Amino acid sequence: MGKIEWAMWANEQALAAGLIYATGGIVGVAGQFRGWQFAAFGIAAGVFVCLLEYPRSKRAKGTSVERTGQYCFTACVKAFGPLTRNYYIRAFLHAALCVPGGFMLATVLGSVCLAIASLIYLSAAIHGEHWEPILPRTEPPKRVGESIKEPPQNPPPRPPPELRRKKVDNLETAAYDNPMSVTSNE
Amino acid sequence: MGNFAANEGLSIFVILVWLGINAFLFVHFYMAFLIDRYYYTRVILGHALSWARAPAACLNFNCMLILLPVCRNLLSFLRGSIQCCSRTAARQLDRNLTFHKLVAYMIAFHTAIHIIAHLFNFERFMDSQLMINSSYLPYVLSQIGNNDNRSYLNPIRTNETNPTIVMFTSIAGLTGVVITLALILIITSSMEVIRRSYFEVFWYTHHLFIVFFIGLVLHGVGRIVRGQTLESVKVHHPIECHSQFETWGQNGTNCPEPLFAGNAPMTWKWVVGPMFLYVCERLVRFYRSQQKVVITKVVMHPSKTLELQMKKKGFKMEVGQYVFIQCPSISQLEWHPFTLTSAPEEDHLSVHIRIVGDWTQALYKACGGDKTVVLDAWTLPKMAVDGPFGTASEDVFRYEVVMLVGAGIGVTPFASVLKSVWYKHVQENKNVFTKKIYFYWLCPETQAFEWFADLLQSLERQMTDKNMSDFLSYNIYLTRWKDAEAAHLRVQYEAEDDPITGLKQKTRYGKPNWDNEFSAIATQHPGSKVGVFLCGPTALATALGKQCHSHTESGAEFIFNKENF
Repeated sequence: MGKIEWAMWANEQALAAGLIYATGGIVGVAGQFRGWQFAAFGIAAGVFVCLLEYPRSKRAKGTSVERTGQYCFTACVKAFGPLTRNYYIRAFLHAALCVPGGFMLATVLGSVCLAIASLIYLSAAIHGEHWEPILPRTEPPKRVGESIKEPPQNPPPRPPPELRRKKVDNLETAAYDNPMSVTSNE
Repeated sequence: MGNFAANEGLSIFVILVWLGINAFLFVHFYMAFLIDRYYYTRVILGHALSWARAPAACLNFNCMLILLPVCRNLLSFLRGSIQCCSRTAARQLDRNLTFHKLVAYMIAFHTAIHIIAHLFNFERFMDSQLMINSSYLPYVLSQIGNNDNRSYLNPIRTNETNPTIVMFTSIAGLTGVVITLALILIITSSMEVIRRSYFEVFWYTHHLFIVFFIGLVLHGVGRIVRGQTLESVKVHHPIECHSQFETWGQNGTNCPEPLFAGNAPMTWKWVVGPMFLYVCERLVRFYRSQQKVVITKVVMHPSKTLELQMKKKGFKMEVGQYVFIQCPSISQLEWHPFTLTSAPEEDHLSVHIRIVGDWTQALYKACGGDKTVVLDAWTLPKMAVDGPFGTASEDVFRYEVVMLVGAGIGVTPFASVLKSVWYKHVQENKNVFTKKIYFYWLCPETQAFEWFADLLQSLERQMTDKNMSDFLSYNIYLTRWKDAEAAHLRVQYEAEDDPITGLKQKTRYGKPNWDNEFSAIATQHPGSKVGVFLCGPTALATALGKQCHSHTESGAEFIFNKENF
């Protein structure tokens, strides 16, 4: 199926699952359904999953596309170090979070979606992937004039004057009068 | 802004009609459940019943529509037939994928409303079974039909259950969960990030639509939406009898017990047509793929471009069309689209393929790209070709003045156009409607010129011979270059032929100034319709689209056509 980074799809799936989990929870609490406590948990778990999954990981191969404004989330998620870096932990975490949702109808869908995301993360972990933060590139500042520290002491080497006379009929050699070769492939 | 109407008018009209139909269906079916037949259903459910049925109707409509834009062969056929009547209508069919995505978003939206409404419905049905009190109308209603299990109102038949169990044990609930999961998986794998990087995941997961449609058709089979039967309404008027619920069916009342039945499934009536069309589409694709295709020539160009010339019996094409190519020895299930670079007048079909991913790399190896010896024809892999499918470039010859803009490998459809121009004018001398072609090629490196430069050189020669050097005006822009090259080019400024391409018209450096170009063309061709064709990145499309809308000097009208894979 080509070299896929499963974590990318798991990330999309988990983010969607978090949203659905939270929405189901909101409906359950707002409608005061039976078992609304599970719905309240669903809201909390859904929001937590969304925050965890919002920052995209840096891809192992190819260009990574950030989500808008994900830098602050990246900083938070990065702070947890190996807990968030490892996908086995994430798979287990999602599996644990989805269990209470199964006890109430409003959160069942979010729960199943999160379970699927957990399975895809497990697949990602088995393939050896891990989460890498996308950090803004720090460009080395252009040092202007660093090479102009010392002016040259000696004039450039020149051949004697009779060889320096230009030949007018051949325009190309007249334009560049280099006695020594300056290109690498001559 | 005058060009905006010409460019976008029909699209906006189509979208408005589609939204209008959605709104109409929503309101109509909302009201349809406010009638007397559903009075008792509403006693238990309230307006949540209507809130669930209205998006269900919209879902039927949109699920019907979603299969149609992806029937490539049907669209090509329609495009060919409409083109004689209206060019604008034919151009609408180029936006099929955009429409497919819009309909998909609408399906997701209505699914959300439908599910939330049903959450309330399940909860209220459960409540009315649990509030065991004979003076409570919902409870009394829920007890109807306990004997024969046919004329009941409440699909939850017992109070020793909970909504989750009911959902998983009813046909509607189970199919609902399955199709919603399929929909969510389809959507998450169709996100642009996944689609652009791992097309296979997107393509294979998208086939869950089969599960979706089967579940959708079965979703209503359980007849879970129940209302009073028509016979029962005749003898038991809900408006009059609802307050006397404690004495229903007893001697001396006018109100016998009401009887209920479920609504028959309706979805199949909406989707059976498009499902049939789609099945035909897949059969056509399969049949075409079985036709024998022979590779006659393989050319390896620099800049990692592979040219394949093939012959297929009975293959007919127009300029700028594309085909899907499959190589069974590499992958049985992968079909990849490539624009045809041959002209209709030639006896073979050719494609230029850039080697970027797994499949193209494997194709390169299979065609002997990494070997230096010449391969025998019978060792070349067997190929399958599906198509050709029409895209915007087909319309080129219907405009009097044409601007062709290609970025990098995006120049391929125009290779076909220019070759066809050569054949038409030079060999067959047909009277062609197109009088002037402006060609722009934006390229990041010089090696990419090589295979195309040959074509331009021969065109240039032929046109000078026929005194037609004004017909084609081409501008090649080198958008990235190395300093060493720049030095050499500076010196060669005075030379007659361009040092890179060997052509008479010089290569320019950097990106074109579109404002100037458009103004110049508008003033040169007042009052005419100029077709602008682009094959390139989205950023360029936006820029050109804006230019088309804003340049209306001398009454020239720029019509923008973009194709993208």
